[in-house]
This record gives sequence, C-alpha cells and structure tokens, in this order.
Amino acid sequence: MKIIRNIGLTIFLICFAVFLSLPFLGKYKLTEKIFTENFKDTEQQKLLKPALKDFFKKEYNSNISFIKDYNKAFDSVNDEFKKNKEWDKVIYDNHVFSIVKNSSQGFVKDNVAILFIICFVISSLGGLMYMIPALFIKPIAGIKNDHIFQRGITNRGIIAFLFAAFLITFYIFIYQKPAYLSNWVLLVDGLSNTLTGTNASQWFLYGFLYCLIMLVMSVRMYIKYRDNNYQLLRTTSVLFFQIAFAFMIPNILTNLQLPYMDFKNIWPLDYSFFFDYRLTELASNGMLGYWMLGWGIFLIIIGVPVMVYFFGKRWYCSWVCGCGGLAETLGDPFRQLSDKSLKAWKYERIIVHSVLVFAVVMTIAVLYTFFTGSSTLLGVDTYAIRQTYSFGIGFMFAGAIGTGFYPVMGSRVWCRFGCPLAAYLGIVQRFKSRFRITTNGGQCISCGNCSTFCEMGIDVRAYAQNGENIIRSSCVGCGICAAVCPRGVLKLENLSEEGRFDAYVRPEEKAF
Amino acid sequence: MKIVIIGNGISGITTARYIRKQSDHEILVISAESDHFFSRTALMYIYMGHMKYEHTKPYEDWFWGKNRIELKNAYIKNIDFDSKKLFTDKGEEIVYDKLVISTGSITNKFDWPGQDLKGVQGMVTKQDVELMEENTVGVTDAVVVGGGLIGIEMAEMLHSRNINVNILVRDNYYWGGILPKEEAELVGRHIAEHKMNLITKSELKEIVGDDKGKVKAIITKDGKEIKCGFVALTAGVSPNISLVKDSKLETDKGVLVNDYLETNIEDVYAIGDCAQFRNPKENHPPVEQLWYTGKMQGRVLANTICGTKTKYDRGIWFNSAKFLDIEYQTYGLMLKNPFDDEDTFYWEHPDGKISMRANFAKVDGSLRGFNFFGIRFKQTVADDWIRNKKNITHCISNLHKGFFDTEFYKSYHKEIVEHFNKVHPKDQAKIAKKKFLVF
Repeated sequence: MKIIRNIGLTIFLICFAVFLSLPFLGKYKLTEKIFTENFKDTEQQKLLKPALKDFFKKEYNSNISFIKDYNKAFDSVNDEFKKNKEWDKVIYDNHVFSIVKNSSQGFVKDNVAILFIICFVISSLGGLMYMIPALFIKPIAGIKNDHIFQRGITNRGIIAFLFAAFLITFYIFIYQKPAYLSNWVLLVDGLSNTLTGTNASQWFLYGFLYCLIMLVMSVRMYIKYRDNNYQLLRTTSVLFFQIAFAFMIPNILTNLQLPYMDFKNIWPLDYSFFFDYRLTELASNGMLGYWMLGWGIFLIIIGVPVMVYFFGKRWYCSWVCGCGGLAETLGDPFRQLSDKSLKAWKYERIIVHSVLVFAVVMTIAVLYTFFTGSSTLLGVDTYAIRQTYSFGIGFMFAGAIGTGFYPVMGSRVWCRFGCPLAAYLGIVQRFKSRFRITTNGGQCISCGNCSTFCEMGIDVRAYAQNGENIIRSSCVGCGICAAVCPRGVLKLENLSEEGRFDAYVRPEEKAF
Repeated sequence: MKIVIIGNGISGITTARYIRKQSDHEILVISAESDHFFSRTALMYIYMGHMKYEHTKPYEDWFWGKNRIELKNAYIKNIDFDSKKLFTDKGEEIVYDKLVISTGSITNKFDWPGQDLKGVQGMVTKQDVELMEENTVGVTDAVVVGGGLIGIEMAEMLHSRNINVNILVRDNYYWGGILPKEEAELVGRHIAEHKMNLITKSELKEIVGDDKGKVKAIITKDGKEIKCGFVALTAGVSPNISLVKDSKLETDKGVLVNDYLETNIEDVYAIGDCAQFRNPKENHPPVEQLWYTGKMQGRVLANTICGTKTKYDRGIWFNSAKFLDIEYQTYGLMLKNPFDDEDTFYWEHPDGKISMRANFAKVDGSLRGFNFFGIRFKQTVADDWIRNKKNITHCISNLHKGFFDTEFYKSYHKEIVEHFNKVHPKDQAKIAKKKFLVF
C-alpha cells in the first residue's frame, strides 16, 4: 500500500512538473491573420501595423521575449500619439493575452489533448493513488490527525512556504499577467468550446482547476471523515455547488448568449453584482435578466437572514460557498495553522468589518454613478473606488492572500479576515440565530483539539471548558471541533434561541 | 494575604483563578514542570503530532500577568509549616499566609526489577513525553504494563509511530477492574482490531536490560518473555507527596483532607490528585484523580480561602474517555457490577463497537446510571434523570433527548427500545414520533 502511495505521489509530481513547464515551452509567432482577428477595429489595425511589421516575421522561442517585444511595439505607437497629444487615437486594449495564446505554436499547441490528459487526468489519478491507500493503511475509521505537526507541509516547513509562494505567484499571474499562462489556457480550449461555445479565457481555466482540485481533495475528505455523516454531506454539498452553480451553469448560460451568473454568489462577496456593466447586461435580457437581478437582491435581503436564523451562517460558508468549498477541501490539511490568539481575534473583527463597510461604500458610489451619470461622489472618483476595491480586495485579499496563505495561516484567511459577506452573515449569526455549538455540561478536559483544528481561529476550548455554548460571528459551522473532540463535548445544533448564551452549571455548583 | 499554590495543574490553577475572581489576594503558583499551565490531558496529542505544546495551554501567556497571578518555575524542597516558609532546591525562601498543595500524581512502580532501566517510564508530566520521544527512537516493539486510561493512551501513542504494542493486564479483560465484562470485551476487540496484542491475566515480574542499561525484554509472572525496546508503566498513579511525607502534615496515600479540603494544619490545603479524603462518600474513591473533580475542588477551595467556607460535593458522578477510536461516557456510579439493589440493561450494536448500559433500582426502576460506548450523550439529561430518579422505561423511551452525536448521525434508539422491550416484557418503552426538521 505504501508503494502504491509513493507511486501515486511520484506520478502526481511528474504531471505537476510537466504542467509547470508548459508556459516555458513552444514557439510563438504572430501572423497578420491572428493580428486582424484580435484587433477587429480596422482603424486600430492601420495604426498598429507599421510598428508590428518586423514582429510578424519573427519566431520567438519564449513567451517572455515575445510579450516584451509585442508590448514594446504596442507602447511605441501609443507613446507617439501621447507625445503628439492625439488622445483620440490612443489604443487602450492591447489584447496581449489572446495574441499570445493564438500565436503559440509547436509542442504545446500540437499536443493539447495529450497534455490535457497528463496535466489534469493522470495527475488527478496520481493524487487519488496517494490518498485512497489510506483506507487500507488505516482501515479503522476515526480521527486521523497523526503527525500533522510533525510534517513540514502541514506545519509551516520549507515545503509549505514554497507551496505558498507558488500559490501566490499563480494568483498574481492569473489576475495580472495571464498572457504568460496562455499555454495552460490552450489546454482547456476544447472543453470551453463544448461548454461555452467560445475559446477559453484564463478564468475558464481557473474555474476548471478550482473544480478539479475540489473534486480530488473531496475524496480525501470522504476518506478522512468517513464515519461522520455531517462531514460527508457537507463536502458533497460544497462540491455540488461549485461544479454545478459556479462552473457549469454560468458557462452554459454563456453558451446560450445569456448573462453569466453564479446564482449562489451573493453580494458583497460578489462585489461586482451592482457594477454598471452587469446591471446593463441584466436589464437588456428582459424578464430573465430582471429575475436574475431580483434573485440576487432576494438573497441579500431575505435569503441570508432567514437561512442564518434557522441554520447559522454555515448554510452558506461551509455548505454552499466556493471560497469555503476550496478551504474545506484543498485547505483542510492546513486548518490547524490559524492563529487563535486574542490579538488575532481583535484584528479579525476590525479588518473584516472594515471590508464590509468598504464594500458597501464602494457599491453605493458605483450605483450613484450608474443612476446619476456623475462620475464623482463627494469629490471622489467612483471608478477609482471601484478599481481600488477590485485590486485590493478582489485580487490581493481574496485571491493572493486568501488562498496563497493556506499553508502559512490556515485555510480560512479570506473568510475570517476579509470576506464582507461572512461579516454580514456573522452579524446575523451572533445576534439572531438558532445556531450554536452546544457544550456538553462539564465533560470538557481542556485538551485543545477543538481550538487547534478550528480553521477560523476560534478558541473553542475557552468556551467549552466553562460549559458555555460557542456562539461566535465567525464560526462557519464546519463541525470539525465536534469531530476531533475526544470526549464528545461539542455538538453543532439549531435549537431555540432562548438560553443559547447560558452556561451549564451543575446543581451542586449553583451554590457558589 | 499571600496565597501560595504548589503545582500548576488544573486543581491549583482553578483555585488561583477563582481566588482572583473574588479577591485581591496576592497569588503565587509554583511549578517545576512548566512555566505555564497546560492540559496534562493533551500530552498524548503532542507525541502523536495532533498538537504542539503551545496548543495545550488553555490560556495565553499574557493572561497570568493581566490577572496578577504570579508564576514561578521552581522546585520546592522543603516546607516549614511553623514559620510558613517554603524552601526551593536552590535555597530560596518563599513565605505564605495560606498554602495550597496540588502536586498531582506520580507513576506507580511496584519495585519491579529493572523498573529504572532506560526505556522504562510512565506518562504523567511534560518531561515524560519529552523522554518518551527520546526513548522510542528506533523502537519496534513495546510493552504497556497495566490497562487503564493512561495505558490505552500510551498504546495509542506508540501505535501512531508504528511500534508493535503489547498490553499486559492483570484482569481477565482490559480495565476489568472498572468496566463491566461486556464493555471490557468491546474495548478488547477494538484493541485487537488495531493489531495491538492484549495479554490478559498476566502480570509483570521483571524488566530485563541489555549491557547498556536499556530495556530489551520483560518477563511475566507466568514466565513468558516479551522482547521490547520500550516499557510503559501504567499500573495507575498515586499522589505525589514526597515533599510532605515526613512532615507534620498528616498523610496516608495522599495528603489527608476533610470535606473542605483542609489538612490537619491550619491555612494549609490540599486538592486534586494529591489529596485524600478522610471520609469519602460510600462507594466513592478516597483519592479522585480526575480533571473534572480537580476543577470542582479548585472552585470550592477558592471560596473557602476567600472567606465563604464551602463544602466539596462532587454530586452525581460522571466521566468520559476515549479508547482509540471509541468514545466512552458514563453518568452515575457505574462499576464493574451493578450494586445489589440494582438491575442492569445492556444493548450492543451487532458490529460490536457501539453499546449502552443503564443500571436501575430493582424496587422502583429508578435510573442509577449510564455507560455509553460510541454514543455521545448529554450530561444535563443524564444528570437530571438520575437526580430525579426517573423510571428506566421513561428513560429508554426518551433516550433521543440525550443523544449528542453530530448531526445526521445514525440513531440506534429503535434498536435499543426493541431490545429493552424484549428483555423487559413487563415495561414497554415507546419511541415518540419524530418531529419534522428543526420544529
């Protein structure tokens, strides 16, 4: 079994190495045909062509020099216009991503199908070969946390920092410099064409990888928590919502020429929900568009509070949400790295509620511009506010830090410190909800498993050892504290609101 | 007033915290084991890699300063009760007005030949776990002597490092001195399932070392030799009273205390594992070596020290443990056999890993206690039923009110009721209709 495991790991690592090498392989050659396909505006074609004349003849061995030369040529044209103050001629979109992607030739382009199988199918099988033997190596179901703090990857070893660096780099490129990753995107063009009817963008690749990683890592969850129905159902639920709601439905909608919409993504997590281009798109799609808009608003105003009242914020954060879904699958091995200190809790409250305020202010500003046409609100450019939010929160916080820091700060960095929707759900959970984690009388032995494995950094033990129920706005109801408790002290429940904050006192102790 | 507490375990620390809650007395906690309070119950998880030492500390390090509880890492060698002075091994003097002795336990050793060889140890302190880390390097086989709660913990620890484990127990079954036969067998099967070797009706005669003074085998009383590189001594623990053994303080197994946790010397108290009650309640052990009781005693003693003299009353017994993967919860006084005036009802799942037992009075059927294996049960419900002498039929019918397993668990209420009705044809338990969803 151990041999199968190691073979699986080796296969996975080889496939991963192949995948990592792809952006550096192949040749790049821009032809006039590709150029004209991407710059449909004939005026722009005419303006750019002279500068790209030499470029068309040249074949590049690396996308780095290709992108460099292309940008140089493109900028030289614009610089000329700017120098001459011909502002109307300046070209804003250089289409570098699709130019590079379409100019790719050679190894990757010629072997897309086989590389797809290696990078995604065989690598996944390798991963499964690594995970499934656990069923035979440790055949008895139960809590399997042995050696977590003795291994580098799960205890902030060098390998963990390398992994974090890779994740952060990945996010920076996919958000900011997707052109360098165009060879990866080529691999999923076929799938994208089937689903959406168009070639893949970097976001299609991202969505696909997201689903695939969640799928494979769910198998790990199914094995690890096979004796815990709550975990099995919850994992199935997040997986379903990711694949069906976040990936399949929006792509099929695109294929049907309807507005792209993730029906489970709720503002303010879905911070662009009220952006002008989306509102315009929905408005131009008649009844369906208005229904989509109504559904989104319904979720914000009624869906969230009602569901949180009955079930706690877990109904969203650890049963539906995509960010939560990744955290509960890919992130599960890192959950124990969250900071449990009181200081961290203080920062958490300040930061997460600030982001919520920021999201609300930003949305008000954007809507103000949408309805009045005035681009400034109280002297501030609303577009700048929106750009700051998109870059700072949407990309940096949610992406690069949120996922990139999994191996360093635990799996829920974004959910805990950054997610404005989690903040909103949390406020409801704290003040008006039937949800709590019940503490079983005086049975707690303060061992600390619950706190250690809380991904949200809640010091669960601090409550449990006093016989108090755990009611915290940040609790996402993952249920792991209850699972790892060796004394059966904790249970996630939806009960009557009455007395949810009362601590258990044994009749003998009521006297003092 | 200066209150000095020797020992920073759960009893001493609870005392300190509750004194602080009620007063401004000067508080000093002395320990030679660790700078800060940590959960001794979590020692096994450090070795198994579930946690690090930091995670076992229930309070952050700033907590003590903020609450003006002074901590001192020192070893107390001597006490002068007349002048109310403590002396550390480095000759330092510490004065006190009131003294709390909460020095905990030490591993039982019964003068076995070879018990001090390298690779032979118990597990009570932080140092023990560090030592175990050293002692188990390169070890392939180990023997655990004694099958109690620490025994099964050490077995699990060793098992996590792929060390073959032999568990030597004196009784016919694992923890046979406490658990009823059925439950003991259930645990025994689970131990076997984990490929550990449970050797029953067997006692340690001698531990054999190699020429480097490291253990290489043990020999049992019936002459069997088991090769091993590590021996865990887990035949119970006893009060750690070497500090006061030959002093004015009255001791027996532990420091003798009354129901107010007072010793024979004024202003000196003893609590937790190291205390022994002069007049324990009937059927209750004189020395209580439990996390919960240590906590309760600490709270009671804090009251007394702060001027509200409070009697310690443990109330309705409860406890819990985990045997490898099987959780155990018990409520009420449940020993090996039911008391003479009690009847017992036992149900076990066909898979043999889940069970429940209820003992009840023969006369009126009032509930006396529960044992649960693989089922989590609410203390509030069990406590209420036992306290108010609820009838067994009522309790069996209403078990669902106490089930505490995680949501979407499989409930065995129906099976339990059916079995109960079969063995008690006179009393027919019934299951209430299920409610819809949360309502």
